[in-house]
Amino acid sequence: MKPAPFTRHVPKTIDEVVSALAEFAPQDGRILAGGQSLVPIMAFRMARPTHLIDINEVEGLDRIAIDGDYLSIGARARHGAFHKPVIDGVLGKLLAFVVSHIAHYPIRMRGTFCGSLAHADPSSEWCLVAATLGAQLVVKSVRGERIVAVEDFLEGIMSTSLAEDEFLAEARLPLLPADTQFGFYEFSRRAGDFAMAAALVTYRLVDGVIVDAHVGIGGAEDRPRRIAEAEAVLNGQAPSPDLFVAAGEAAADAVEPLEDILTTAEYRCDLVRAVTRRALERSLP
Amino acid sequence: MTAHTKGSGTTWVGRSLRRVEDPALVTGQGRFTADLPAVHWVRFVRSSVAAGTIGSITAPDGAGIVTAADLKSLKPIRPMLSKFNYVAVGQPILADGVVRFTGEAIAAVYARGKDEAEDIAELIEVEIAETSPLIDAIDALADGAPLVHAEATGNVIVEGRIVTPGFDEVWKTAHTIIRVDGRSRRQNATPMEARAGHAAFDASTGRVTLTCTTQMPHLTRTAVCDIIGMPESDLRVVAPDVGGGFGQKMSLAPEYVLLVWLARKLRSSVAWTEDRRENLIASFHSRDQHVELEGAFDKGGKLLALRGDIVANVGAYSCFPTTSGVEPLMALAELPGPYDVRAYHCRSRGVLTHTCPMAPYRGVSRPVITFVLERLMDKAAAFFAIEPTELRRRNLIDTFPYTSATGLVFDDGSYKATMEMAIAAIDLRSFRKQQQTARENGRYLGIGFATFSERTGYGTPAFAARGMAISPGFETVHLSIDPSGFVEARIGSSPHGQGLRTSLAQIIADEIGIDPEFIKVVHGDTDRSPYGWGTFASRSLVLSGGASLIAAQKIRAKLVKMAGHMLEAAPEDITLQAGSAHVIGTDRSITIATLVRAAYHQVHIFNGEIEPGMTETGTYDPSGTFSNACHVALVEVDIDTGRVEMKKFLVAEDAGLIINPMIADGQVHGGVAQGIGNALLEEIIYDETGNILSSTLADFLPPTSREIPEIELHHIETLTGNSITKAKGLGEGGAIGAPAAVISAINDALSPFGVSIDEMPATPQRIRAALRSSGKLPSHGRFA
Repeated sequence: MKPAPFTRHVPKTIDEVVSALAEFAPQDGRILAGGQSLVPIMAFRMARPTHLIDINEVEGLDRIAIDGDYLSIGARARHGAFHKPVIDGVLGKLLAFVVSHIAHYPIRMRGTFCGSLAHADPSSEWCLVAATLGAQLVVKSVRGERIVAVEDFLEGIMSTSLAEDEFLAEARLPLLPADTQFGFYEFSRRAGDFAMAAALVTYRLVDGVIVDAHVGIGGAEDRPRRIAEAEAVLNGQAPSPDLFVAAGEAAADAVEPLEDILTTAEYRCDLVRAVTRRALERSLP
Repeated sequence: MTAHTKGSGTTWVGRSLRRVEDPALVTGQGRFTADLPAVHWVRFVRSSVAAGTIGSITAPDGAGIVTAADLKSLKPIRPMLSKFNYVAVGQPILADGVVRFTGEAIAAVYARGKDEAEDIAELIEVEIAETSPLIDAIDALADGAPLVHAEATGNVIVEGRIVTPGFDEVWKTAHTIIRVDGRSRRQNATPMEARAGHAAFDASTGRVTLTCTTQMPHLTRTAVCDIIGMPESDLRVVAPDVGGGFGQKMSLAPEYVLLVWLARKLRSSVAWTEDRRENLIASFHSRDQHVELEGAFDKGGKLLALRGDIVANVGAYSCFPTTSGVEPLMALAELPGPYDVRAYHCRSRGVLTHTCPMAPYRGVSRPVITFVLERLMDKAAAFFAIEPTELRRRNLIDTFPYTSATGLVFDDGSYKATMEMAIAAIDLRSFRKQQQTARENGRYLGIGFATFSERTGYGTPAFAARGMAISPGFETVHLSIDPSGFVEARIGSSPHGQGLRTSLAQIIADEIGIDPEFIKVVHGDTDRSPYGWGTFASRSLVLSGGASLIAAQKIRAKLVKMAGHMLEAAPEDITLQAGSAHVIGTDRSITIATLVRAAYHQVHIFNGEIEPGMTETGTYDPSGTFSNACHVALVEVDIDTGRVEMKKFLVAEDAGLIINPMIADGQVHGGVAQGIGNALLEEIIYDETGNILSSTLADFLPPTSREIPEIELHHIETLTGNSITKAKGLGEGGAIGAPAAVISAINDALSPFGVSIDEMPATPQRIRAALRSSGKLPSHGRFA
């Protein structure tokens, strides 16, 4: 259980990162950030990059700061950085609540926010956050920079629209209005395991009714995404037990559930129904 | 010279002495097999398919590789059993022409580095003509099923039957028949340390030292030497610190034979460290048993007769030394458990399949039969509309010695008393009220009781009854006090986490009047310890403890005789205490250290009445003793997701005299944790092609501390005549009772839905599927 041989490169600047990537990506080169997903699959030799471009010594990549109306999260910002709210307001609280569900403490001290997005595991909490809130992703290469919306970035199970020479340099999460309600609920077999289904909901209450509902579901389909059918159930309605049940039903009806030898589509839908409703229950003030 | 004075006459047995094993382990100073440097590192090339015929094996030029063709001089591993229609199938050290499970070793590659060996192993090409595999035991039993071994007709490797006289007449008198069809899926014992072996050839003596993660060093020496055909005096087997075994390290690993053979061939040192994936797919598996059970009850809820049919999937080969009869035959003998039932009819079969071989795992069949039997009792209680504990009260044995329908003799125990203690401690009556209130609010709490016996500390007769060619049993202890005054106990047991060094020192200390800190227990080295059987089957405290006591009694007698001589007193007037021999009622005394020096250096003063030196041997081979306990689980089941939350666990345990309460409690805690894993989480899964899907710890799920609730412990100490220390074993009880209690609690929680969960692990998927098929789920969830 040792990785196949590889060469490690340690660039010091983003320019060096993208040049190295341009040079080595065609020879199966990969970015190494926290390594909490990549290194285990390398140990099983399921991934066998011949070059690793290690971004751990690039200055400034751990930046987390407000830039205008969004929160900028650098490529090496680690999960653990979010244990305490990184900013005042709802978004900081939301990220701090979600982060405690990611694996275990030692993993959170190494793994990175952007690494999770680039790895694109369907059960990733950060992919769910990005999808639900509508993240913008800053992608760099020697060819230049482009900004990609999350729904165009996540393409499927461990699959993104990143070109092989592109580097996910930064994720931008929109700041949330002060009156935003949020709720998150995740189902896994044991504490810290991959989510078998998770829901993140945000909305605002205006005159007692829900507006701008976002309902994101992760772990159930090939990628986390917003479920418009569930949002439609919620928008314009006052929160109530029946409404939340109906939203759960709508989400369960809308997803195309992943199946495996243990988990039937029917069961995955049961979980979607439950996590959606419970995330909504947790969102109440 | 050492003065043994610190204890000032206190009794050491019964105290929670801190474990002498721990300082090294918790400060990173432990010494494990994988810590040893080696010249050559071995990597095994393993089969990627479950069944097939091996064609060519192609290696890169210059690669160091061993295949079956190189091992023609080695005998196969062929454990023997002379009863129960056992078929003595053989296992080659490396697959020889045929592969029988995914993960079976086909070749061994060796190189100067661990990584290099892995890189070369990856380049070995093995052609296998795949055949269709048998994964499930029921499929393997079907007419016309292909044979895993040609000599084992119908794929049955062992079959035992017991029918008590007049069974049918009793059966006919039943008021009601209750049935359970129980299934416990496949597991892996998952010790923290996977297996590792290191074999070093010594050119000056021609000997090999095999250091490995074994629970039985002497049996490993015997087996390896038999297979290779070498004198046992040329092989030293060392078990250094071993990071848990649970039975998985009790059975002979073919890999160790290869290492010794290769070390001799290369006249060098070779090492192998198993990785977690190898451990999960190719070490040894456990459980995978199917028990159909019927109970005939009279109208008062008294169990009259039991009829069972047990099928154990034993995998592709038979494990050495117990044979794969170990699980099905123990199930056959112990299925009636702690209940008084005179009529018994049971068939138990071990079935070969194209899966990883089975080894005994903590509890050996009893976690499964206890779970099924306790389901039967719970279902009967529901039929009679009484508390499950009331039904047990009407059926538990309570006069001793009790001879079971299968001929087992139960010594003094507290089957009913531990249950009553548990009922009181958990406050069953208030729980029922709380449960009712919760249900009205859409929450489903459940309580489950498991009452069971744990056969421990059994000697050669119990194993011989199974017809084993190798009948484990006795233990020997060589106890010495050297001229420095320090005590050394060399034992044949091989503890690997049980704290036995501490417990034995406590037993010896009380007998010879020397504090435990002066007593060192030596084990796990065939050059230093007497021939023994190792540590398994909840035996070591009873057997090595008994042997230690016998040896200590001899040392004591000798010291007393010497003290009598030197103090001019009658031996019966001498006591040994706190490092000195005292003449009772006087101020005359002499230190034990002085006596010991005299035994070595002044032996002439005893006029030939004392043998020189201070070494005695104790051997103990008892019939065995039964521990008992009542386990209680409190759970909440989330009906929307099927998830089970453990709220609390309680154990009322009787393991006789407790030598070290802290160590005893630790054994129970660990066993309960594994039992919860068995009940809820752990499952090795093969797909229909024989590919194993749970080959990492992301897929095979042992419980973590977050899944284990508070465990409350209570003890009763019934002093048995079947153990000279009065201690009973308790290594397995935690794992035996917990699965049954947890499953019982889940079923209690779900009783409003009329479902019966009779399969372990009770995964959320299985629970939710059962709830869905009940048709009684509420159409709307709750609003918490």
